Amino acid sequence: MNYLIAAYVATWVIHGTYLVILARKYSKIQREMKSLRK
Amino acid sequence: MKRGFPILAIVTAVLLSFGLYEALIAAPTERTMGDVQRIFYYHVPSAWTAFLLFLINFVASVTYLIRRNAKADILAMVTAEVGVVFCTVVLVTGPIWARPVWGIWWTWDLRLTLTLVLWLIYVSYLMLRRFSTSSQTPVLAAVLAIFGALDVPLVYFSIWFFRTQHPSPVIGDGGSLDPRMAHVLLINWAAFLCLAWLVCWTRYRLEVVQREVEEAQSLESLLEGEGSR
Repeated sequence: MNYLIAAYVATWVIHGTYLVILARKYSKIQREMKSLRK
Repeated sequence: MKRGFPILAIVTAVLLSFGLYEALIAAPTERTMGDVQRIFYYHVPSAWTAFLLFLINFVASVTYLIRRNAKADILAMVTAEVGVVFCTVVLVTGPIWARPVWGIWWTWDLRLTLTLVLWLIYVSYLMLRRFSTSSQTPVLAAVLAIFGALDVPLVYFSIWFFRTQHPSPVIGDGGSLDPRMAHVLLINWAAFLCLAWLVCWTRYRLEVVQREVEEAQSLESLLEGEGSR
């Protein structure tokens, strides 16, 4: 059962980490757009 | 297009939740392996999704080489990136399943090794795109992607043509999967396909905006240079 939980948790940690990277990229682009508008 | 995104997000969330419930609770327990077999409902759909994304990457890369189309280049980059995420899931969940079933985390079996090689090829593809400053980067990346795509059928068919430790195909010709298990597997694959589509869509939009911002920044610095003269 522990292996099953580990596999499912690992899957969502991998997808979650990628989504966090995308969110950070998004905020970086927004900051760059703001500085361009100034 | 704007309306489609929240609809796809809702469908993905519903399918992922339903798929999780089906995989952990509704699916019958396998007699020999027990509960650890349920890893299969995430491992296999992740592999199929990664293969599909690498196939799209291949088509987009060939299109880019023929037409030099920027949209094809962005699509190739996005599908490689999301494909690597799904392939990482495959390489992590596989050993977690193998430890209790085979008694080892990893073996240099043909399918496992080819999958690792596939992952390494696409990671090097992404590193090339990230760190190369040459104007020829998209062309070099497209050529590398074509070599990477050659590994996909090798990974897929390795268990058909060679004796490997990896389990044989359980659905399709010669497959003996319980129909209830096949149903859960397909629900999870549909959920992962929706997730991949959603993430690719987001990443594609981000890349388009990022390229526009970079273009505007270089134009701005050019204008500043002209103004200071």
